[in-house]
Amino acid sequence: MSAKKDSFGKTVGVVVAVCLVCSIVVSGAAVGLREIQQENKKLDKQTNILTAAGLYESGMNSDQVASVYDEKIERRFVDLETGEFTEKPGGEGAEYDMYKAAKQSEMSKTVEDSNVGFQRRANVASVWLVKDESDTVTRVILPVHGSGLWALMYGFLAVDADGKTIKELIYYEQAETPGLGGEVQNPNWQKLWDGKKLYDNGEVAIDVTKGADPSDPYEVDALSGATLTSNGVENTIRYWAGEQGFGPFLKNQAWRS
Amino acid sequence: MADTKEMKQVLFGPIMDNNPIALQVLGICSALAITTKLETALVMSLALTTVVAFSNLFISLIRNQIPSSVRIIIQMTIIASLVIVVDQILRAYTYEVSKQLSVFVGLIITNCIVMGRAEAYAMKSPPLLSFLDGIGNGLGYSFILIVIGTIKELFGFGTILGFEILPVVQNGGWYQGNGLLILPFSSFFLIGGMVWFIRTIRPEQVEPKE
Repeated sequence: MSAKKDSFGKTVGVVVAVCLVCSIVVSGAAVGLREIQQENKKLDKQTNILTAAGLYESGMNSDQVASVYDEKIERRFVDLETGEFTEKPGGEGAEYDMYKAAKQSEMSKTVEDSNVGFQRRANVASVWLVKDESDTVTRVILPVHGSGLWALMYGFLAVDADGKTIKELIYYEQAETPGLGGEVQNPNWQKLWDGKKLYDNGEVAIDVTKGADPSDPYEVDALSGATLTSNGVENTIRYWAGEQGFGPFLKNQAWRS
Repeated sequence: MADTKEMKQVLFGPIMDNNPIALQVLGICSALAITTKLETALVMSLALTTVVAFSNLFISLIRNQIPSSVRIIIQMTIIASLVIVVDQILRAYTYEVSKQLSVFVGLIITNCIVMGRAEAYAMKSPPLLSFLDGIGNGLGYSFILIVIGTIKELFGFGTILGFEILPVVQNGGWYQGNGLLILPFSSFFLIGGMVWFIRTIRPEQVEPKE
């Protein structure tokens, strides 16, 4: 190691040069690939919504997903307090994400009396209406989330146009133990939700329990070895179908008018 | 210029004779976490091999310019930049897999194999050999990951790359998946088994008794 190589000026020079080159490479990659990444995110979300709508068939390519989505799905916004449709927050052009809005105090409210696992929820929620050829709403897709064992689980709850019957419960983002709690994404378990009833005398009556009776309209069999995940799913449904969540919206059935 | 024999040694040596996981005992953390499914293990192997190879190449190219007082920081900067680029590419082209790998791609930065090879080899060797050394060590890492990923996925889930090999009970078959193999720490036993296996056929790797 010569003295010249380790001189102060040289050290600073090399460090600055390396940092400059690296920052150009990193920002170049981030900017250059952003469009494809956002495209992927959008497609992933549309695929999950179509799955919840019961319209997704395996092997559909991105163009087919986009065209079915455009044709059959309509995104609307719901004021959770009143349960009525409302304008898109921030105007038509702006992006709206209810999970980001939940972090801003003027656009959200505190969660009370629930062990759903998060502190605030947005005042306005996105919902997706599934329509048939004659423009009649056949299903309503509600975004739901709540804590599992390790982290928040995000999913879509598809409810029949009667506002009472569950059609699908699809989780698209979760970090549960693979093979145990991770089975919330198993299609065989997802099938158990089809036809279950949300309300008994106006109260949310869904019960995720071990050894459930398949013919009971309110009971769903819990995942084996994943009690806390199963409890998390139950809490999630109870919160979002309840008074603080989409309860008012499902009751007044705004999609019928 | 290095002869072909040396190049071969540098490239294939790390697979059995000088395996980064089994002999150098580097990069264990990621090997534990992402081997639950073979697909994630494969993508992780590919990502790590790319990062080691290119970080070795770039560090070796400027090795005579790097002041020794800040060499670790400079190595880290180069490695971190490469990892971010790889992460961005994965997110753009293999979205599903990158969702499963989540934080582990970012954690390649702290993977001891990358730093270890940069410090131990690339700082003293010419670019081409360093590049090959990176690929070689990446292959050594991949070898262990693929073996463990295959065992864990086959006996934990009854599948290989998502295809059903042993029909599991949940889907109406006869095979009861081994819950232990699904959990990350079962890789400890499997890596231990691999170390045992490699040292049985290569007894010179066994440390002398103290």
